[in-house]
Amino acid sequence: MPLTVKSLPREEYLLPGNASCPGCPAALGLRMLGKALEGKAILVVPASCTSIIQGPYPRTSVRLPLLNVIFASAAATASGIAAALEALGKKGVHVVCWCGDGGTVDIGLQALSGAAERGDNILYICYDNEAYMNTGIQRSGSTPYGAWTTTTVLGKRRHKKNMPKIMAAHDLPYVATASIGYPLDFVEKVRRAVRHRGLKYIHLLAPCPVGWRFPPSKTIEMGRLAVLTGMWPLYEVEEGEFRLTGPSRALLDKGRRRPVAEYVRAQGRFAHLTDEDIRELERYVDRLWEDIRRMLSS
Amino acid sequence: MARLAVLAGNYAVAHAVKLCRPHVIAAYPITPQTSIVEKIAEFVERRELDAKYIRVESEHSAMAALIGASAAGARTFTATSSQGLLYMHEAVWAAAGARLPIVMAVVTRAIFPPWSIWTDHSDLLAQRDTGWIIAMAEDNQEAFDLVIQAYRIAEDEGVLLPVMVGLDAFLLSHTATPVELLSQEEVDGFLPPRRSFSFLLDVERPVTMGNVAFPDHYMEFRYMIEEAMRRAREVIRRVDEEYRELTGRCYGGLVERYRCGGADVVVVLMGAWAGDAKECVDRLWEEGYRVGVARLRFVRPFPCEELRELCAGRRAVIVVDRSASFGSAGVLFTEVSSALQQLSVTVRGFVAGLGGRDVGAEDFEVMVKRVYSDLEEGRTESGAEWYGVRKEVVGCR
Repeated sequence: MPLTVKSLPREEYLLPGNASCPGCPAALGLRMLGKALEGKAILVVPASCTSIIQGPYPRTSVRLPLLNVIFASAAATASGIAAALEALGKKGVHVVCWCGDGGTVDIGLQALSGAAERGDNILYICYDNEAYMNTGIQRSGSTPYGAWTTTTVLGKRRHKKNMPKIMAAHDLPYVATASIGYPLDFVEKVRRAVRHRGLKYIHLLAPCPVGWRFPPSKTIEMGRLAVLTGMWPLYEVEEGEFRLTGPSRALLDKGRRRPVAEYVRAQGRFAHLTDEDIRELERYVDRLWEDIRRMLSS
Repeated sequence: MARLAVLAGNYAVAHAVKLCRPHVIAAYPITPQTSIVEKIAEFVERRELDAKYIRVESEHSAMAALIGASAAGARTFTATSSQGLLYMHEAVWAAAGARLPIVMAVVTRAIFPPWSIWTDHSDLLAQRDTGWIIAMAEDNQEAFDLVIQAYRIAEDEGVLLPVMVGLDAFLLSHTATPVELLSQEEVDGFLPPRRSFSFLLDVERPVTMGNVAFPDHYMEFRYMIEEAMRRAREVIRRVDEEYRELTGRCYGGLVERYRCGGADVVVVLMGAWAGDAKECVDRLWEEGYRVGVARLRFVRPFPCEELRELCAGRRAVIVVDRSASFGSAGVLFTEVSSALQQLSVTVRGFVAGLGGRDVGAEDFEVMVKRVYSDLEEGRTESGAEWYGVRKEVVGCR
């Protein structure tokens, strides 16, 4: 039975009226996460947009136990919580890191790699809006080639760090990519992840209207275009077995991918890109899929 | 039943930790702390201690892991030194701000560059504003005792602050001396299991911890730490008294006083070299000098009242620092001067023994006699200087 929106719990764990921007993908992801785990989760949140979304003291918009932590420490803090739950004999609760791309691929990478290598029993989710959005759109290691940010005003000259691949190289029980354009795929992956013991990693693409410069009504559309153009392949690696998921299953054939320009031209952050820049992004997409082809055949 | 064992300071700490039954230990190796966490790892692997041991990839993560574990209700421990403590510094603040009763041993060691593995109190004292309770042992027995006391103090409902227990590199950490150990029953009687609090991470009672506080709330959170520090003074004294009932050992609360009765000069310091200072003072009394030692057992909360009471009416107070705040003076010198500003007493400071340079009873004698001779000549101004610097090496005139 495929998962449907109607079969999700009606219970809300992220309350309406929270402090997220209109069209915020992180708020949408957090809402889906709560439903996926039916409230049986302790959240660890480093400095990120979610620091704001949860609202200021003495209120909160999150109906899950939530520990805010210093920027570089999410995975290590979660390791401690997981160890404590085990030592105190508390079962049936998932420890979940909910972190932005800066807190994951940049400043949080060391702690995450350490927790992954140790195999600590946590679910780590990176919601990737491809820049330091909470501090006002600065470049991160996850910002794509060509994108304008306030610290790359002429466009970034390096490609995005392939974080899911780095995590897969840690030999984890479960690694997946997801896009907020396909929320049910994300929910399914969260549920599949927590069936495993050890560190599970989900990298959730989170198109940000404010930072990417598109209308707030287009968040889902942008999340889908990223997948359909091949810029963001959906896949999972379960116990070492690689498989494409959702619409990406059909995209190994380059001819079935939508042109990268469709994705790029819909976002203000890429407004200055030349045709040559777009060709560079197309070459990047080709390399991504060549890599996927190799993983499928091995 | 108490039994004697010959233990290096680090092993004394490890044995004390084991007796306190922590649930979670997270640690990263650094000289000269390492043998503490090695010994604890051995206890855990041999199942002599039922705890989770997280072999983290850095000190920053060590403290982060304990923050998570403690927020989930566990009793926790780590140990570090020098660079490790500095690397951890951000998380050290976070632990106190979150009011988590974590206990950490700090084997005090000099700071790079140049590399030095020897004792120096700069690492410990660089944490003084973090909101941690900061204690310092004189010998291996006290290091053992302080760890057990630290959990009682940290977990007291009126306190709920983390505690660091300092001990000097090598002088204590790697020097074996007889230590009187307590039995598990004795420690269990003294230190009950950690109580559960309403703000722990629990899916049945979800709370958000550490979210944004606007200017109309932030300050109150910080003031509550100040209030907890104030209450900690009394808790430290009470725990010291209760510990005497258990062991017969009592250290005098926040300050140990040695031969201060009738003294006209008091030497203030902390750590292992207090033993040399006491030896010096014994000799000087025989020579007719009336000198006592006030050894700081805690620098946070700072024993202002004790020092004011102790130093009132003395001719001079001598503060010997194993740390320097460059452009100012020794850290303890500035702290003591501040506490004594209402008294008209001469406060003289000496920065000495940095990076493990040996300072013995004869050096304390030089310092004390220099102050006495200045007083005899009518020079009563306060001030601080460096002691024992080989000025020909640095090319100073």
